[in-house]
Amino acid sequence: MSRSVDPTHRTFVSYIDKSREYYAARGYDNPYRWAHFDRVPFTALPQPLSQSVVTLITTAHYIPGEGETPSLHAVYSVPSDDPPARLSTDGLFWDRQATHTEDLDSYFPVHRLQELAQAGRIGRLARRLHGVPTEYSQRQTTERDAPEILRRCREDGADAAILVPL
Amino acid sequence: MSLVARHLEANGIATVILGSARDIVEHCGVPRFVFTDFPLGNPCGKPGDVAMQRAIVGLGFDLLEKASAPRTTVQTPFVWSEDQSWRDNYMRVEAGAPSGRPGD
Repeated sequence: MSRSVDPTHRTFVSYIDKSREYYAARGYDNPYRWAHFDRVPFTALPQPLSQSVVTLITTAHYIPGEGETPSLHAVYSVPSDDPPARLSTDGLFWDRQATHTEDLDSYFPVHRLQELAQAGRIGRLARRLHGVPTEYSQRQTTERDAPEILRRCREDGADAAILVPL
Repeated sequence: MSLVARHLEANGIATVILGSARDIVEHCGVPRFVFTDFPLGNPCGKPGDVAMQRAIVGLGFDLLEKASAPRTTVQTPFVWSEDQSWRDNYMRVEAGAPSGRPGD
């Protein structure tokens, strides 16, 4: 499908520009400073994907069961062979006007991963899949949450991770 | 989320991000990124579209296998709708305020 393009603008939406202008119009004159790095790490897969253990990481929130009191601000894990039927996307930043998040696999594709594992495309799913809080503080993500996710991935022998920010 | 991908990758776990906020992910700098040009909310495919979801996850797998250097982005072939108004409508300056921040 082709569409008309305004060649004076980027084709894709710039959320950095949009959010800066949006909050500036509301009187916030100290724009958010998005993470930026010149250097990017790279690790090649150590063996074919068909022999690799793969995990999935989301920014969506766990919905506590009765008697549970999980924090919105802590890493959590769910079993890959018995994933929750729903996660919560309330309070996350997504386009409520254009779409919905009623289909878990549209942002947490656990069933698609199970099918692809069964078909032999990957070795297997890791024992646990993970949720990471979206923090205003990049330092909290870097110093607290990312190391905790790494620890859990290593415990489960994960070789690769699919990360889906909402 | 990009920060988590970087940390895993720096410690020996290969990563791929599936996302729709292209500028935020690329501004940070990540090893591998599958970009789907959709409204924020369904970066793994339209709700209910199993074939599309499987294709997008599959492109992530392809990238895990084939990328040879960091900052490798591929764009999926999918189009949200003929009507492109969602691009302008989202965070329109005169609209109501959503909470949080996009795509982080």
